Amino acid sequence: MAETAIELKGISKSFGAVHANRNIDLKIEAGTIHGVIGENGAGKSTLMSILYGFYQADRGRIHVGGKKAAINTPSDAIALGIGMVHQHFMLVQNFSVLENVILGAEGEALLNTSIARARSELERLERDYGLEVDPDSIIEDLPVGLQQRVEILKALYRGADILILDEPTGVLTPAEADHLFRILEQLKEEGKTIILITHKLREIMAITDNVSVMRQGTMVATRRTAETSVEELAELMVGRRVLLQVEKGEAKPGEVLLSVRNLTVKDSRGVTMVDNVSLDVRAGEIVGIAGVAGNGQSQLLDAITGVRRAVSGTVTLGGEPVDLTGAADPADLRARGMAHVPEDRHHVGLVLPFEENENAMLGYHRQAKYLNGPFLNIEAIRADAREKIEKYDIRPPDCRLKTANFSGGNQQKIVLAREMEQDPKVLIVGQPTRGVDVGAIEFIHKRLIDMRDQGKAVLLVSVELDEIRSLSDRILVMFAGRVVGERGPEASEGELGLLMAGVEEKEAAE
Amino acid sequence: MSAPYAKLPAWADYGLIPLINLAVAFLVAGLVVMLVGENPFRAAAILVEGALGRGQNIAYTLYYATSFIFTGLAVAVAFHCSLFNIGGEGQAYVGGLGVAVVCLAFDSILPWWLVFPLAIVGAALFGAAWAFIPAYFQAKRGSHIVITTIMFNFIAASLMVYLLVNVLKPAGAQAPQTRNFLEGGQLPKLNWVLEAMGFSIRSAPFNLSFLLALLAAFLVWVLIWRTRLGYEIRMRGFSPKAARYAGVSETKIIIITMLISGALAGMMALNPVMGDQNRLQIDFVTGAGFVGIAVALMGRSHPAGIVPAAILFGMLYQGGAELAFEMPNISRDMIVIIQGLVILFAGALEHMFRPSIQALFASLSPRSAGIEAQQGEGG
Repeated sequence: MAETAIELKGISKSFGAVHANRNIDLKIEAGTIHGVIGENGAGKSTLMSILYGFYQADRGRIHVGGKKAAINTPSDAIALGIGMVHQHFMLVQNFSVLENVILGAEGEALLNTSIARARSELERLERDYGLEVDPDSIIEDLPVGLQQRVEILKALYRGADILILDEPTGVLTPAEADHLFRILEQLKEEGKTIILITHKLREIMAITDNVSVMRQGTMVATRRTAETSVEELAELMVGRRVLLQVEKGEAKPGEVLLSVRNLTVKDSRGVTMVDNVSLDVRAGEIVGIAGVAGNGQSQLLDAITGVRRAVSGTVTLGGEPVDLTGAADPADLRARGMAHVPEDRHHVGLVLPFEENENAMLGYHRQAKYLNGPFLNIEAIRADAREKIEKYDIRPPDCRLKTANFSGGNQQKIVLAREMEQDPKVLIVGQPTRGVDVGAIEFIHKRLIDMRDQGKAVLLVSVELDEIRSLSDRILVMFAGRVVGERGPEASEGELGLLMAGVEEKEAAE
Repeated sequence: MSAPYAKLPAWADYGLIPLINLAVAFLVAGLVVMLVGENPFRAAAILVEGALGRGQNIAYTLYYATSFIFTGLAVAVAFHCSLFNIGGEGQAYVGGLGVAVVCLAFDSILPWWLVFPLAIVGAALFGAAWAFIPAYFQAKRGSHIVITTIMFNFIAASLMVYLLVNVLKPAGAQAPQTRNFLEGGQLPKLNWVLEAMGFSIRSAPFNLSFLLALLAAFLVWVLIWRTRLGYEIRMRGFSPKAARYAGVSETKIIIITMLISGALAGMMALNPVMGDQNRLQIDFVTGAGFVGIAVALMGRSHPAGIVPAAILFGMLYQGGAELAFEMPNISRDMIVIIQGLVILFAGALEHMFRPSIQALFASLSPRSAGIEAQQGEGG
C-alpha cells in the first residue's frame, strides 16, 4: 500500500445557495497520477481551488503527507509542496521564461544571483524530466504547449512534489498532449504525485493510475483505472437520474428550414472552435446536439444566430442564403424568422436590471406594435408582456418587476415566451433547462414539443444527455468542434457517451 | 452599473441613501472646519444663508445650478450606456465657441429670440463634435473613453486659448475674449420671477437658460425611458452581450450616446456666455464639467435627481463664496474640499452604507429586499 500524499475529509463549500462541493472525501496516493473527472460545473475546479488555497472550505479537513494542513493562501500550498498548473496560464507575456520562473520567488533584492541560481536549477530540471525550454525566450513567442511547460517548471522550481493540472489538454494539439503525457509519466517515475483534472475520458484511461468521479458537487466514486472502463466512467459522470418522460408523437419532418454547410468558427485567439460542421433541420423536427460542454456547441449556436462571426461556411434559412461570415446580424435573422433562446439567459438573453416587460420585447423592440414613431408604446408593451405572463404562467405575474427578482425557471419562461410567441420558422435553443426547477423543466419541454408539432424547425443544444434523448428526433454528437456522429433518439446513453468522449465512430458502434 | 444591491425600495434608493451620504459628507466637512479653528455650525449657517438667504443669493444659486444641470445630464446620459464621459469640461468649453460664433454673426441683425435657437444648435453641435472624436476611438478602436475625454479637455483648453488670443480677440484689446455681444446676443434675465415672489434682487445672472435646462432634463427623461433609442442605450449600458444578442450595433449606440452627451455639455455654455457675460471669455466653464460628474452620481443619473443635486451644488458654490468672504480662515480651497467630500461620499463611496442599509431593510421585511428571489436562483 503506497503512502498517502493528500487526503481530503468531508470538504464542503457553498457559494450562496449553490453547493459547489458537498462532503467530499478524496485520498491520493503518493507517486501516482490521479484523475478527477466530471462534467462542467461538477465541482472539480472548486475542490482544487480549495486544495491550492484560493478558497477556504466551509467544512472539512485537509491532510498533506499524513499531517493536518491549514491552507489559507496559495503560498501555504506552495510551502507544503503543492503546485498548480492552471487552465488559463498565469504568465507575464513579455517576460522571459527565466523571469517568469523566478517571479514571486526572487529571493534577494538584487536579481543576478537568483537568476544565476534559477538558470542552473532549470538546467537540472530539464535534464531530469525532459522539460526542454530555452530559458531566454520571451513567453509570447512560445507556442501554447511550451507555455504550459513553463508553468510546470514554475511549480517544480518552487519545490512542488504534488502537481495539480487543471484541464491541461484543453488548449493543446494532440501531439502536444502526447508530449505532456510523457512528461507526466517521467515526473511520476521521479516520485512526484500528479492530480489531473479533466472531462476527457480517454486521457484518464491513457495515463492515470486511479480516478475519482464527481457529479453535481459530490464525489460519486473512486476506481483503479485498470479495473474500470470508459463505459462505467461515462455512466458515473453523467449519472442515472430519473428520465423525465416527455409525451410526444411521431415527428412529421417537412422541408429543410435551416441548412448549415461547412461552418467553421474560431475564437479570438484563432483556435478553431467549430470545425467544418454541416447540419440540416427540417420543419417539424427537433435536432439535438449532444456533447460535453466546451466542445464547440456554444460557438456553433452563436455563429448560426449571428451573435458571433463565422470564418467560413454557408447557411440557408428558409431556403434563402444568410451571410454569417459578414453582414448577418441578430436583428436581421430575427426579422427572417429565426428565434434564439441563448444558453446564458443572465447576460445574453435578458437584461436583469430591466423590468419584465422591457425584456419581453428584447430584440423585437423594432417591431411597429411596440412603437409610436421613435417613442416606446408603453401601453402596448405592458399589455403584450401581461399576455405572455398569463399564457406562460410566469410568476409572480407582475410585468413591472425587475427581471433579476424572478426565479431561474421564470426567467427562462420570459425568454421562451418572447421567442416562441414571435411564431418563428426556426427556433434555436441552448441549454433550455439549465438552473431551472423541475416543474418548469416539464413545462419547457412540453412547449418545445408543441413548437415541433406546429411545424417549426428546432435546433436544441444541451449538455443534459437525458434532455437531448427525450426531446430530439435526431441526435448529433459534437466533439472537439466536429460533428462526430448522428443517432436516432433510441441510441443508448452509453453509445452517445462514448461519442461524446471522442471515442471513434467505429469503436462506438461495436 | 449593474447595481449589485438594487433590491431596496425606490424611496430608500433615491432618497435615503443620498441623504445619508450627504449628511456624512457635511459631518466630515464640519471636522475640517473645526480643524482650522472655526465654528462648524456658524459656518453651516453662513453657507445656507449665503445660498438662500436673500433673493440675490437665490438667483446666483440658480444661475450656477443651470450650468450643473446641463453637465449633470451630459454625464448621466453617457452613464446609462455605461460610458464615463469625463470630457464635459472640454465639450462645454468648445460649446461656448458655437454660442459665440452664432452671437457674433447674428447679434446685430436678429432679435435675441431668433438668435437663441440658433445658439442652442451651435452649442449642441460644437459640444457634440468635440465628443465625437473620443466616441469614435472608443467604438472603433477600443481606446478607453475616460482617458481620451480627459485628454480632450486639455486639447480644448489649448485650442480655445489659441482661438481667443489669435482669432477672436478684437484688434487692440488686451483681454483674451471676444467683443461684447449686442442685444441680439443677450438672453433675458429671469430675476423678475423671483421678484414677483417677493424677493428683491439688485443684479444677478439668473437667466432664461435655466428654463432650457429644465426642459432638457424632461427631454432626457423622455429619451432614456420613453424612446426606442433610450431603451437601446440602457440595454447596452446594463449588458453589452444582451445588446449584441438583440442586434443593437455597439459602435452606433456608443457614438450616438456620446453625441447626445456632448451636445448637452455644450449647451451649458449658453448660460454663462449668452446669459451672463455676453462675450466668450477664457476659462468660462470653471469646473462645471467636473461638477456634472458629481451631480450625475448624486442624482443617480435620473433627471429628477439631477435637478435637485445641481441646485445643491449651486448652493455650495454660491454659499461657499459667501463663506470664504465671511470667514477669512476658510479660503476658496476649503469650499473645494467640502465639494470634494460631497463628491467622495455621494459618488466614490456610494456603496459604503448600502450593504448595511440593505441588511437593515432585509431584517425588517425580507420580501421587499428581494431575498426570496435570490435564493430561488439555485444553480
